[in-house]
Amino acid sequence: MNTLSKSFLTLMIIFLYFPILYLAFYSFNAGGTMSNFDGFTLDYYKSVIENKALMTVLMNTIAVALISSGISTVIGLFGALFLYFIRQRYVKNTLLTLNNVLIVSPDVIIGASLLILFSLFGITLGSVSVILAHVAFSVPIVVLMILPSLYQQNNNLVLAAQDLGASAWDVLTKVLIPNIKPGIFAGFLMALTYSLDDFAVTFFVTGNGFSTLSVEIYAMARRGITLEINAISTVIFVVVLIIAIIYYFVSDKNIKRGKTT
Amino acid sequence: MKRVLAIPYLLWMVVFVILPISFMIYYSFNDMSGNLTLQNYAEFLSSNYLKMTLNSFWYAFLITVITLLISYPLALVISRLKHKTFWLLIIIIPTWINILLKTYAFIGILGINGVVNTIFETIGLTQIQLLFSDFAFITVAVYIFIPFMVLPIFNSINGINKNLISASYDLGASKWETLTRVIFPLSLEGVKSGIQITFIPALSLFMLSRLVAGNKVVTLGTAIEQQFLINENWGMGSTVGVFLILFMVFVMLATRTKKESV
Repeated sequence: MNTLSKSFLTLMIIFLYFPILYLAFYSFNAGGTMSNFDGFTLDYYKSVIENKALMTVLMNTIAVALISSGISTVIGLFGALFLYFIRQRYVKNTLLTLNNVLIVSPDVIIGASLLILFSLFGITLGSVSVILAHVAFSVPIVVLMILPSLYQQNNNLVLAAQDLGASAWDVLTKVLIPNIKPGIFAGFLMALTYSLDDFAVTFFVTGNGFSTLSVEIYAMARRGITLEINAISTVIFVVVLIIAIIYYFVSDKNIKRGKTT
Repeated sequence: MKRVLAIPYLLWMVVFVILPISFMIYYSFNDMSGNLTLQNYAEFLSSNYLKMTLNSFWYAFLITVITLLISYPLALVISRLKHKTFWLLIIIIPTWINILLKTYAFIGILGINGVVNTIFETIGLTQIQLLFSDFAFITVAVYIFIPFMVLPIFNSINGINKNLISASYDLGASKWETLTRVIFPLSLEGVKSGIQITFIPALSLFMLSRLVAGNKVVTLGTAIEQQFLINENWGMGSTVGVFLILFMVFVMLATRTKKESV
């Protein structure tokens, strides 16, 4: 590890974190701009909390994420099981390709094509269309997260259960699903992340009156600089950081435990 | 039993994958009053749209190349560190912050009174309008894509058998030769997936051109958003969409990794 690579790494980390810390720094600026720091204030945090419309948007975002990830996890779980049990290779590959279409499609395409779909089906744009859209792009992610754990689990357990007279339902609920729990959980978390992070798809299908955090931030940012956005982003950053630290120590512990046993 | 449980999934596939794309293709042959026509395609192949498409490709190309030039060495450096996963996590954390918040940060940083201009001023340069330019567009896009490019490249470098690298040194190859003739070819799969996840979204970033490029950069994504949500000309929007899908399929085929093609 020479000094050149060390300084390159440091430089890149500064580049990646600078914008986020820059936002956080000015969220305390009494001057109201992102250029001159005129003194410390917590006003913007206060106004975020007191802003009822913004709090509703935040609740909407969380509700959409939880509902859509929940639905997608159930659909995706059975989808993954279905794909796992298909024998014909050609059928499986075709279905997998169709599964991956929405993963590789640009957000704009998903948003625009779903907008057409909803208008043809007469679904009014609002909370329902946003949840449906999030389910649409989360299902394939859940499937891809669950499939590897299905292939990794020991299939002899399934065969043993069948030999011992377990019904198809028992095999599913008592053997298969408990075996792939980590995969299911990872799929749910991934769906949650995508849902919370989505802007473009939601932007297309949200209509008037219903909004999620990203759409709201876009609207606010187009109007110019509001330090309320800085305050929100600082809170989000702190939450993300805490989750990341917990994740790191939990997974680190697991790895170490795995090594010793 | 199992078939019944798969019904929602198959329904999802039909309703949210096959139908939307088919509808989009159908709409691309419609004019604004719903008559079947090829006019949208004629318009797309006219000079204006072709110029816009070439422009969009040029920017996506620049963004991908710059991101790759930064991400490859970064992934290489991280793969040699002692606590690899920790440093990788450090690089990944910014992706969990909403893309719009990061874009918004650059409005402040690159603005006329922003920190970059302040630095320019103190070292004696004149203030320049960095925001609302193609420079801003490329900078923010590169910033956003770096972690997504680092991840697959890191994974493929990390998966290289260390004995091959030792063998290369034992046989008298220099550091540079080992890098270019052993490590790089073996990590090509990661580079390909990195290009995939950067190039296609870079063709369709519309919020960046609206927020930091001041509409100076018109990408295919901007055109689709414009046609669908502002002009309400879904036919034209769908035509641009169909071309974007075609380009996407082409990029996927061109950068297909070995695992998929088997």
